[in-house]
Amino acid sequence: MNLTIDVTNKEKITTVSLAGEVDAFTAPKLKETLLPLTKESGQTIEVDLQEVSYMDSTGLGVFISALKSTKEHDTALKLIQMQERVYRLFKITGLTEIMDIDNTVRGGM
Amino acid sequence: MEPFDFVEVKVPAKAEYVGVVRLSTSGIANRMGFAYEEIEDLKVAISEAITNAVKHAYNDSGEGEITIGFGVYQDRLEVMVADHGGSFNLGEIKEDIGPYQHKDDIGELREGGFGLFLIDALMDKVEINSKYGVIVLMTKYLHENEVGQDGDQISTS
Repeated sequence: MNLTIDVTNKEKITTVSLAGEVDAFTAPKLKETLLPLTKESGQTIEVDLQEVSYMDSTGLGVFISALKSTKEHDTALKLIQMQERVYRLFKITGLTEIMDIDNTVRGGM
Repeated sequence: MEPFDFVEVKVPAKAEYVGVVRLSTSGIANRMGFAYEEIEDLKVAISEAITNAVKHAYNDSGEGEITIGFGVYQDRLEVMVADHGGSFNLGEIKEDIGPYQHKDDIGELREGGFGLFLIDALMDKVEINSKYGVIVLMTKYLHENEVGQDGDQISTS
């Protein structure tokens, strides 16, 4: 019932790999890590969600804040390897329309 | 009155306990025979209700308790989430409760962004009682079992 956040950087791409559950308890930690990364101009932040087994609206909230920040700081946010269950929440809430989500490698399928 | 089992869980109004209730939810729903996808829906919906209770009822002071009641029926699971520590008087609460109305004074609950929206989307029925604190009553039916039960009735009659 925790969230592991691993940040790696390769030139213009910062990869944030998540493992575990994103909920009211772990979302603040994710926000603290993710938001500063979106303020480094020119960077693309890829969030790898392959190992995320659970997410709710607290996680959606973090990604909405991060997306807003990328627009202000000329950076980009990309969500990759998302599990089908997690993708479903983005779809229900209509966030698939505004988020850059890589569907081709949607996990587990 | 329709027979049912009742499970009550009381946790401190702190974010670290949302996951604990999620595990209880998954255990009860699994025992009832809900499908994997439905259990995942229940986990999200109940977590949303508890997150709202943690965030707003206590203004993050970390005090107080949240009471979660699971009504386990033959054909459905009813879950109540109350942002106060008192035990439920099930009959009283159900009498007072009504469908979610936009005019209801539950502005605080809706501040959670997608929280209530997701509860509504993932559960079959959602009712809110804001008379004594905020109580969310959510229902999810065991859809697939309808066919199975019909089959059983034929074979045993």
